[in-house]
Amino acid sequence: MSVVVTLKINDIDVSGQEDETILDVAREHDIYIPTMCHLDGLSSVGACRLCLVEVKGMNRLVTACTVKVAEGMEVYTETERLKKYRRMLVEMLFSEGNHICSVCVVNGRCELQSMAGRVGVQHITLPYYNPLRTLDTTHERFVIDRNRCILCTRCVRVCDEIEGAHTWDLGGRGIESHVVTDLNTFWGDSPTCTGCSKCVHVCPTGALFEKGRSVTEMTKHREFLPYLTMMREKK
Amino acid sequence: MTSLEDLLVPYRGRARDALLPLLWDIQTAFGHIDHDAVQSISHTLRVPAAEIYGVIHFYALFHHQPTGHTTVYVCDSPSCGIAGADRVIAALSARLGVPPGTLTPDGQFLVLHSPCLGLCEHAPAALIARRGAGEFAYAPVDDIDCLLVECAQTRQTITSGEGVMLTRQPQQPAQTLPEYGDYAALRRALAEMSPHRVIAEVDAAGLIGRGGAAFPTGTKWKLTHAAPAQPHYLVCNADESEPGTFKDRLLMESQPHLLLEGMALAAYAIGASKGFLFIRGEYPEAARHLQAAIDAAAAAGFLGARIFDTDFSFDIELRRGAGAYICGEETALFEAIEGKRGFPRVKPPYPTTHGLFGKPTSVNNVETLCAIPLIVAHGSAWFRQWGTASSAGTKLVSVSGHVRRPGVYEIAPGLTLRQFLHDYCGGLVGPLRAVLMGGAAGTFLTPEEIDVPLTFEHLRAIGSTFGSGAIMVFNDTTDLRDVLRRLARFFQHESCGKCFPCQLGTQRQLEVLERLEQPLPGDPQRLRDIGLTMTEASLCGLGQTAASAVLSAMQRWPELFGETK
Repeated sequence: MSVVVTLKINDIDVSGQEDETILDVAREHDIYIPTMCHLDGLSSVGACRLCLVEVKGMNRLVTACTVKVAEGMEVYTETERLKKYRRMLVEMLFSEGNHICSVCVVNGRCELQSMAGRVGVQHITLPYYNPLRTLDTTHERFVIDRNRCILCTRCVRVCDEIEGAHTWDLGGRGIESHVVTDLNTFWGDSPTCTGCSKCVHVCPTGALFEKGRSVTEMTKHREFLPYLTMMREKK
Repeated sequence: MTSLEDLLVPYRGRARDALLPLLWDIQTAFGHIDHDAVQSISHTLRVPAAEIYGVIHFYALFHHQPTGHTTVYVCDSPSCGIAGADRVIAALSARLGVPPGTLTPDGQFLVLHSPCLGLCEHAPAALIARRGAGEFAYAPVDDIDCLLVECAQTRQTITSGEGVMLTRQPQQPAQTLPEYGDYAALRRALAEMSPHRVIAEVDAAGLIGRGGAAFPTGTKWKLTHAAPAQPHYLVCNADESEPGTFKDRLLMESQPHLLLEGMALAAYAIGASKGFLFIRGEYPEAARHLQAAIDAAAAAGFLGARIFDTDFSFDIELRRGAGAYICGEETALFEAIEGKRGFPRVKPPYPTTHGLFGKPTSVNNVETLCAIPLIVAHGSAWFRQWGTASSAGTKLVSVSGHVRRPGVYEIAPGLTLRQFLHDYCGGLVGPLRAVLMGGAAGTFLTPEEIDVPLTFEHLRAIGSTFGSGAIMVFNDTTDLRDVLRRLARFFQHESCGKCFPCQLGTQRQLEVLERLEQPLPGDPQRLRDIGLTMTEASLCGLGQTAASAVLSAMQRWPELFGETK
């Protein structure tokens, strides 16, 4: 039986279990904290930094998706500096990739797109980076378009942690980072991919999609994930 | 000629933490690690092939594509830049007829840019990898032919100062056991002192970590010692990659046993029986000295099982990094030892409870550990005769750039930067323009600011840092914009890519600096916004300091950025 702790989020009294994260408890109380790399059912990596919050008494900002709640904690999720960094991050994401919503399969259902609205990015003030990125259409059912990838690594994690295939990983580093299948070889030739489509459905943008989908036609289903995780942990 | 199969034999039955050593063996033997090799490694260590690909691609000294029989890495950090690194690259390209990054048609030579090689006192510097033979440093690059064919070269680093940690006679290093001694401090501690007593002595000495983060060593040991999970690990962070820093290299090359004895004492204090010494791949000579010293100490019974017939056993495993500044970050270093891409972990939890292999771990810098045998042998009061209350003991400083005698100096903290530059370094070469304190992750100082006393507390008070103890000096012939671009390029190249602010911000920062001569409207504010986002929102110390030098330069020299004072 885990211990119940009480804390304050944005000066509101809330309670949670001591093994829950700040994000878990916030969501239980309908307090919105933006996230991109986090997904229920996968391990948390704290990479996108959108869920950064201020905790009274801590020097640095902390990621709500990884830090556990504690008795008496005072958390702030919407301070001016947090809002500023979130806007800056989303703006950097948009200007760094080749994100052209009007021709994208997930237009209207994209997490990056809706995040821009939520954090208040209305236009991009940074010059576009326009990188040269590759697209792999060799898989018989799916496509990876790295122009739309934001490196959240959900596909890498779901393939490793849930499917157990570990077809996906990362190549390069820094700004050159990119997702790869196997030895950076064609997805269609993959000896490890089971074709399960989990990576496609956890992808927050239009980077991974089903073939045959036109603009705005790709809907992603993720509700299966926490269930799969729970069933696997039972075993 | 070694075959791939031969190289794999000793690794059969081992797990993924053997990945980096195996990749090194294959890289050295064949000059690259091809797809067939990856598949064989995958079967041998039972690691997914995609993950091995990712690891090879992460580390700059590992290659998927064939390299030359001789591959030359030319340092392009600020100290080598002002000493003519670009001319070295240009001369090599002209001689070989190919640009950097392109293999010569006969497959013999490849020239690559490199971040700081830690040979700043001998700038410009290069690292040479010869297939089948390993790596060798060559600095200064006085003759480019010597980068292509083997030449003998001896280097002598200028050292002087208090003579506590560094001997007063640098020409007589204590490399061998007879020269060094019989680990008397360890013998004494094991016979007379409890682990608590050792920690108390280090605590009383006021020893502050010398790696850059300035965390009190005694506190770290107490936390690790008290952690309930077992086993405990000791890790020596010898991944000295902060541009302009080379004091740890000198210690390891000249005093390897001092470091090993320090590691044994630290392990005794925190309750560890296994230690890892993680040294950056760019330090092949130091790695050879250390391995020889480990073997000698084990043969003499100073390392291994039941040391000095006590219950204390301790083994040290040397691990080589493979070209990634980020692995100096303690949790990224764990990942590298565990055979993964060097991605820093989210903290908390901290290494003292969840470190290497998820176990309680103390990570200490080379210089920090080298102070331990001296503190144990002579006591905390003796150690405190140097320095100030908050910066106790002697501190090693790496100096490069426009001074008459660049080198490693052991100072008593408290003297001013001006005194140091004149009394220790032989004075300046030309009128002073700027000093970069603490390496690429540090801050600039103007000539008016050099009366600051060199202590952790005084430097912090003026918004600067002692950092890793790197001091880069630039005279009025230096193009500071060029220096800033080199620093920004360094962070852009070394960002691991895990967290968004650093991965994106280091690139955007570099772009603004590259167009300083023809800026876009709003660029200065853009640079500040990007810098502040990286500083506050990044996951680890790399991103949190990637804008530090740039922001400090903006405060001091707004005119460089198209702003008025």
